[in-house]
Amino acid sequence: MTPPIDPVAEELLSIQHSYESSHREDESDQDDEEISGTLAVLRLGLKTSPELKRGIWITIAFAFIVAFGRLLIPILIQQVLDRGFRGGKFNGSFVYAACGATALAVLSLAALSRLSYMRLVRAAEATMFALRVRVFEHIHRLSMAEHTESRKGVLVARVTSDIETLARFAQWGGISWIINSTVIVLTVIVMTTYSWVLTLVVVLAFVPALPVLRFMQRRQLRAYDEVRTKTADMLAEVSEMVTGIAVVRGYGLEARARTRIRQRIEALLRAHLRAARYFAAMFTIGDIFGSIALGGVTAVAVFHGDVIGIGLGETVAFLFLVQVLLNPIAELSEILDLTQTAVAGWRKVLAVLEIPVDVADPVVSEGATRNPLPDGSLSVQVRGVDFAYRQGDLVLLDVSVEIPAGARVAVVGETGSGKTTFAKILCRIADPVAGVVLVGGVALHEVDGMSRRKAIRMVPQDGFLFDTSVRENVRFGSPGASDSEIDAAFLSLGLQWWVDGLVDGLETAAGERGDNLSVGERQLVALARAQLSGAGLLVLDEATSAVDPETERALSDALDRLAAGRTTVTIAHRLSTAEASDLVLVFDKGRLVEQGRHDDLSVGAGTYAKLYQSWLGNTRNQANAEVIE
Amino acid sequence: MTVQKSLTRRGVKVLIRFVRTHPKPFSVAMVGAVLYAGAAVLGTIVLGRLTDKVLAPSFDGGVSASRVWFFVAAIVIAALLRSAGVILRRYSAAVTSRRMQVTLRSAITEKYLAAPMSWLRDTPTGQLLAHADSDVEAAVEAINPLPLSLGLVALIVFAVISLVSADPVLSLIGLCLFPSLFVLNRFYTHRIEAPAAAAQACVGAVSAIAHESFDGVMVVKSLGLESHEVDRLAAAADRLQTERLKIGRLRAVFEPLLDVLPSLGAIAVLAVGAWRVSNGAMTPGDMVQVIATFNLLAFPMRVLGFLLEEISRSVVAMDRIDGVLSAPSVPVPTQAKSLPDGLLSLECDDLGYSFTESDVVLEGCCLRVEPGEVVALVGVTGTGKSTLCELFAGMMSQDSGSLRVGGTAYQELSTEDLHREVALVFQESFLFADTVLENLTFGTASSEDAARALRVAQADRFVAALGDGLETVLGERGVTLSGGQRQRIALARALARNPRVLILDDATSAIDPIVEARILDGLRNEFSVTTLIVAHRVSTIALADRVAILRQGRIAATGTHAELLATDADYRALVYAYEHEGKAVS
Repeated sequence: MTPPIDPVAEELLSIQHSYESSHREDESDQDDEEISGTLAVLRLGLKTSPELKRGIWITIAFAFIVAFGRLLIPILIQQVLDRGFRGGKFNGSFVYAACGATALAVLSLAALSRLSYMRLVRAAEATMFALRVRVFEHIHRLSMAEHTESRKGVLVARVTSDIETLARFAQWGGISWIINSTVIVLTVIVMTTYSWVLTLVVVLAFVPALPVLRFMQRRQLRAYDEVRTKTADMLAEVSEMVTGIAVVRGYGLEARARTRIRQRIEALLRAHLRAARYFAAMFTIGDIFGSIALGGVTAVAVFHGDVIGIGLGETVAFLFLVQVLLNPIAELSEILDLTQTAVAGWRKVLAVLEIPVDVADPVVSEGATRNPLPDGSLSVQVRGVDFAYRQGDLVLLDVSVEIPAGARVAVVGETGSGKTTFAKILCRIADPVAGVVLVGGVALHEVDGMSRRKAIRMVPQDGFLFDTSVRENVRFGSPGASDSEIDAAFLSLGLQWWVDGLVDGLETAAGERGDNLSVGERQLVALARAQLSGAGLLVLDEATSAVDPETERALSDALDRLAAGRTTVTIAHRLSTAEASDLVLVFDKGRLVEQGRHDDLSVGAGTYAKLYQSWLGNTRNQANAEVIE
Repeated sequence: MTVQKSLTRRGVKVLIRFVRTHPKPFSVAMVGAVLYAGAAVLGTIVLGRLTDKVLAPSFDGGVSASRVWFFVAAIVIAALLRSAGVILRRYSAAVTSRRMQVTLRSAITEKYLAAPMSWLRDTPTGQLLAHADSDVEAAVEAINPLPLSLGLVALIVFAVISLVSADPVLSLIGLCLFPSLFVLNRFYTHRIEAPAAAAQACVGAVSAIAHESFDGVMVVKSLGLESHEVDRLAAAADRLQTERLKIGRLRAVFEPLLDVLPSLGAIAVLAVGAWRVSNGAMTPGDMVQVIATFNLLAFPMRVLGFLLEEISRSVVAMDRIDGVLSAPSVPVPTQAKSLPDGLLSLECDDLGYSFTESDVVLEGCCLRVEPGEVVALVGVTGTGKSTLCELFAGMMSQDSGSLRVGGTAYQELSTEDLHREVALVFQESFLFADTVLENLTFGTASSEDAARALRVAQADRFVAALGDGLETVLGERGVTLSGGQRQRIALARALARNPRVLILDDATSAIDPIVEARILDGLRNEFSVTTLIVAHRVSTIALADRVAILRQGRIAATGTHAELLATDADYRALVYAYEHEGKAVS
């Protein structure tokens, strides 16, 4: 049973859709190009999610039977009108039998529809669950080259909002597609059994509605695009004001900020109202063309009823059937947009799954074993290494270096010189595109993953911590380590006083991303982690941001103790670190331009010497000051 | 239940507030909703009369062509009226909600311009943006279904009149059907509330794990925690699936039930109606009209459930927005004195400021900078140097003590005067995403002043080398400058205003010492300005006339660099520490 246009379903869908359309994420990444066409997305999607196909035919068969339920009432009307009053006499037994039978059918179809709905929901939810976990796992297995700062948000969106778009579609859209298209097909079939001429009239009346709907929809989509752009503009302006609020306030620029924001807000309003025009008009199209169909059916039935052999009941039933058709048409035109969004989301998700995992653990072939790394401090040989991030230029170019076991190495260079990438390659967080890295004499890509993680430790600059206790954060580095081993790690680094100063000692919560601790303190935790693992090669990224003097001292002291008996490679931001090292590696524009001891490199006109000179600039001034004194 | 009730009550208040703010478009939307209701009921009457006056007679003998065309026209006109109602309602509802967004966004951004700096600093930037974005978006969302829901009242009234006039007996079936539909719906929306909220929370949990996990990807990778992370996400995704299935199970029961009830009503109408038609108590057309009316009313009950859901979201969002709007505004001084001509002194006396009751930054702080003097302010990290600078720049008000410029107390100066005469250059050199020229002048300073400012700030040469010179656009969509270049532009921005007092809060830290010395030389020669400069480098400190040491919230000592080096051991240690901590290679 369907009203002329179901105003609620219409409202529910369109409101939700208008919200989504204006909130679709605005991002420009090139993933989309890889899988073109909706069909390709569907094919790949079904291949990726076999859960979706399981029992799909039974579900569709159910949907057909359920859809038939919507046609029962018009058929009953026809039966009662045509056969309930045979020759002007009331045929009570027929009417009550027909009504009783229909009531029974309606109830049993409701029970069946519950079953069919559950099947759809279960399939959809199982698919969403599996897909989400698969994408998440895949992203974690991607090379570090994919995890650049600018792509982080995109990757999170793949696991959250993109999959949610799909889930929303699976809950509303998918079911709606199946039910509504079967309703349309069945309605047309039933209509044809009454009269093919009148069916033709209806179809002819609706045909011109399709291009009109399509046209309106295109305009609407364009209008929503405009809304998105203007929303982004407005937010950019607010964001600029908020981040620059100190300047705005300090320089009395309030009026300027106000005017600019007002302009953006007003521009957004205009875009919204333009979109609202189409949003408001879209739904009337089905109703208007439907009324033309009703009028057409009436005129043809009245003027030519005897020729086409149609009675009163059939004509009235036809009028109701036309109305049954209206709802699915309106709903589908609405869902088309939701579908496009979902397909776009699906495409993005699938594109992530298509990115090959390039840091894979070595496959164990028959009879071979994965190579473990030796214990103790490890030597490093880098030979002819090139590296490039996806779709980018080479960031490392033909880098070769020999680092003896137990050496203290400082890596220096300007931002973007490739020194951080070099460090990542030593830990195999990314694989070089050319060349080879040997650690402890073993080619790094042949080393067993477990052994590598134990023997090579990276201490990142931003000591990210998980939202659990400090103790658990240290344990992450060596699963199975006992509490006393963790205590001992802090003790051996001379950090017992620091632990004692924490509110709950090692049980103190680190907070989200480790926010409860300062940057320097987070590095202390990372150092304890490295100490616990007994690694033979440490790769340290020195903090650039200021650390308070006390933590600074604790850090350098702990580092000294940690470095004993290990090979250390430090990305140095301070020349004092470089001064104290055995070997300085100087990077410039992706090349290793100089290597040697500080004393040798600091004289002459090389890159390192220039860096050193700029530092000396200060000391000279200090010298001047002392002369004055 | 009580929570829901009070939420609904507050929701009604929020909606009334919206409607009061923009009554005109909302009234038009209501006119549209009522027009739709009338036209929809009219359509059912046309259908009934069509059956009696045209279809039935045509199969018995015939009807005049003019009558047929009259009814065809009536069908189309009813549809056009319905459409007009829908368009009016939907468009005007959109106008109401979008205008309300403008109202709220303007109020929120206005508050950001007026709130105390401390409030703005305590609120994360992301949250400030979210208030202007998603909160505003969610707050007005309940406006859209409102006219339709209120229009339902009109629809029900019209429908009942039409039913009773068609056949009082059949209308009794309707009187049983509609309330039971409403009750069923209410029950449904109530039952679905808990799992829907739980599912929403699960979505949040999944999202939080993804964020955390990808943020910490370096740690995950270097420690080999991938499978641990996958298990964590899978557990959250599994909980989400469980909640979603609960919702699905409820829907699978209620959706078919909500479909079945009107169908059963229609069947009852047919059974009773056929009997009454055979008695001559009513016509087949009446019966058709009643069934069509049932169709019209069966579903709209659902919109009420939807409205309630939207209302609770609106209330939550409006609570957050009201939280912003109730933040204090900085008071505007009422009486304004004007400053004397010439060079100005800068002083504070017994100055006190604290972030919170326990976190005291400045206490009993006294400092005087003579007209035209250059004073360097030094002290270890976290002693309140920046706070003192911001107080001097009039960006916030002190808790106790006094601040004076040119002998005039700050509270007696107009904000415009203060900001024109006292320019602060910040540690973080924030530049607007606009042209260099706009960043220097903001449409007020002259281009000669801008040119001189650029020259003194040692920025003229590199700006000239930029693609479009002064017209080069900076920022994300334009040119990216190095830290030192940004600082020089920020300095030029302050100088372009020809300030009489200049406060540099570590504003030259990324500038080469040699260039910095040239800048300070230029300042002395070309500007008559009183300068307070926060410095870390000895090279900078040595260029000042006098040095003031900030220690434990007060000025501990003042003197020349040489004097202090000789007399103050802590000062020596501090300057020495800077040399080793401050300088970075990259």
